[in-house]
Amino acid sequence: MTAGASGVRAHARITAAADGRGGTALPELAGSGPLALRRTGCDGPEAHVTLVGAMSAPLGGDRLALTADLGPGAALRLTSAAATLALPGRCGTAARYDVRLTLADGAALRWLPEPLVSVRGSELAVSTRAELAASARLLLREELVLGRAGEASGLLGSRLTVVREGRPLLDQEVCFGPGAPAGWDGPAGLAGHRAVGQLLVVDPAFAQRPPAARELGEHVVAAPLAGPALLVTAVAPDALRLRALLDEAAGHYAWSAACGTT
Amino acid sequence: MHLDHPDGYPQRHTHSAAPVRADGSRRALRIGLGGPVGSGKTATVAALCRALRDEFSLAVVTNDIYTREDAEFLLREAVLPPERIAAVETGACPHTAIRDDISANLEAVEDLEEAFRVHGPLDLVLVESGGDNLTATFSRGLVDAQIFVIDVAGGDDIPRKGGPGVTTSDLLVVNKTDLAPHVGSDLDRMARDAREQRGELPVAFQSLRSAQGVAPVAGWVRDRLAGWTARA
Amino acid sequence: MTDRTTSPAPAPSPAAGPATLLVLADGRFPAGGHAHSGGAEAAVKAGRIRDAAGLEEFCRGRLHTAGLVAAALAAAAALGLDPAELDAAADARTPVPALRTASRKLGRQLLRAARAVWPAPGLDALAAAFPRGAHQPVVLGLTARAAGLGPRDAAYAALYESVGGPATATVRLLGLDPFEATAVLARLAPALDDLAGRATAAAHRARDEGAGVLPAASAPLLDIAAHQHAQWPVRLFAS
Repeated sequence: MTAGASGVRAHARITAAADGRGGTALPELAGSGPLALRRTGCDGPEAHVTLVGAMSAPLGGDRLALTADLGPGAALRLTSAAATLALPGRCGTAARYDVRLTLADGAALRWLPEPLVSVRGSELAVSTRAELAASARLLLREELVLGRAGEASGLLGSRLTVVREGRPLLDQEVCFGPGAPAGWDGPAGLAGHRAVGQLLVVDPAFAQRPPAARELGEHVVAAPLAGPALLVTAVAPDALRLRALLDEAAGHYAWSAACGTT
Repeated sequence: MHLDHPDGYPQRHTHSAAPVRADGSRRALRIGLGGPVGSGKTATVAALCRALRDEFSLAVVTNDIYTREDAEFLLREAVLPPERIAAVETGACPHTAIRDDISANLEAVEDLEEAFRVHGPLDLVLVESGGDNLTATFSRGLVDAQIFVIDVAGGDDIPRKGGPGVTTSDLLVVNKTDLAPHVGSDLDRMARDAREQRGELPVAFQSLRSAQGVAPVAGWVRDRLAGWTARA
Repeated sequence: MTDRTTSPAPAPSPAAGPATLLVLADGRFPAGGHAHSGGAEAAVKAGRIRDAAGLEEFCRGRLHTAGLVAAALAAAAALGLDPAELDAAADARTPVPALRTASRKLGRQLLRAARAVWPAPGLDALAAAFPRGAHQPVVLGLTARAAGLGPRDAAYAALYESVGGPATATVRLLGLDPFEATAVLARLAPALDDLAGRATAAAHRARDEGAGVLPAASAPLLDIAAHQHAQWPVRLFAS
């Protein structure tokens, strides 16, 4: 980790590998600055790691990165201990948070962080890129919350790119808050909702049993992608209701650790 | 892997309605049915299907104002199995979909033809327009012949008023003749006016109250089909 | 912006002028657009568009998301990028099956019209490669190319279509004053100019770095409502 006038630079790394005894080892678990990592147990084949916010971040100007690299057959559940708050920095520049996930064949990752809350005056660009081998499985949740309860939001952008076998499976970018492209809160954008979230399930088993597109609630839709994956998109008035919607969706579509390995 | 369309499809995208395809096979005859709202287009389509379905391989494309109403009527009446009925959205402009921008209808017709290409290719596709006014006609790029359906209850002056449907359609059908005495319509006058407007083009008077009511129109369609088959 | 000469298929310098673009972008161009509302029918029914102001906000949101993405894909196709790569990029940017289906249907309808209007080997090859239809923006870009238009023209056509469709649909659905609806489009013109530039720049970047760098802006409610709309038993518009 380095800290300069322009903000914190931090890069946390996780490497997960099948340990040959039916479990998952973590040859590398390297936190950095505000991104501290704790091994919090395991459940059968799946190792559990929690991202602990060691300091308030990201602030304006910070550049944070998180890399998780899963070798063949490795299974990992990665969560965070608390919501991430995007805060305004002194220098008035944007913060970046880059998440890179690489999954080899047979690997299974559940990346289930707590919500990302954009605080008034902050500016954060999140980028999540996942690269999957053919038989890898990914469960990914993203929750974006615009402002703390009753407060205005900062500017929050998020791009989610999933590449499977070198081909793009999902590429989506959203941008909300003051300074976002016009219409973000209008009838095509959020229409006054303050929480938006997604649950992505990539599972090669969908190739044989493609899930149907389904409306799970008034503003929740589960949509099969053009490859073996399903994306649940939800908008909600607040973070609590968003979580309830995504939890319900996860009950329908996500796998649990007990049936984790193949 | 692409889960949206795993099946291969032969190449198509013809943009004209040429009677013979690139591979030499003959496509189905396409007949359009248009006319004002409530004149009995859908009832005529249903009766035609019942009269012709045992002799020919048939399909129907509906263009309702609302997407599926007419298609669902045909399904309820069970005149054809569901895979032989397709519905096209018209964006609240039924005449646009059959005349100015026929691309969605051509897609629907070709999808049906494709679906039956191997097992019992279609002989006839009926394209039913959404109810419109007297000016709506089919593009020659979409159909080979068109039937315009009016009814006696709409007023016996409609043939006299003319309009493209009445004057240029290949067959004018005057429907609900059983109602003529009740609504004070003069069938002779309608026939005279139609002849004046249409010259030699045929007119059929029908009442679908009886099972045989559609016979004249069905006969006209049979003649058209015979001509189509002989030509191609 | 870099402009390398080593690109796989250098675009011919645009030979056609603005009149050709008018033909392509005309709302009466017979490619099926008249039956699609671009999400406006769902937004009207949900009460999110009630008047010209609502239409304008809707259009701005659509323009900066689906409009920009379509414009960049169209510009990239017009520039000569591999249509298969662009089609896969469009799939990845269209998570809702109802919208993928609508886009491919419209692509097929546009290709039919385009092959009749501007016959070209590139369009025949596209039809052969995508018998079920390529995504509409990809077809639009190749159509522009066949017509002798450039990437910026293709971007303009895509952007104009992304708001022209909802505006026309809203006039029909709400009985909105057509003068007001057209005034909305006129007010959006500067945004179209800006986005056409950005889409074209992104297309040039994609020529060097791959389709992954093309914009991927999405609007959650457009996606959610598109699925819901496709389930309605009774609707006036196909999407």
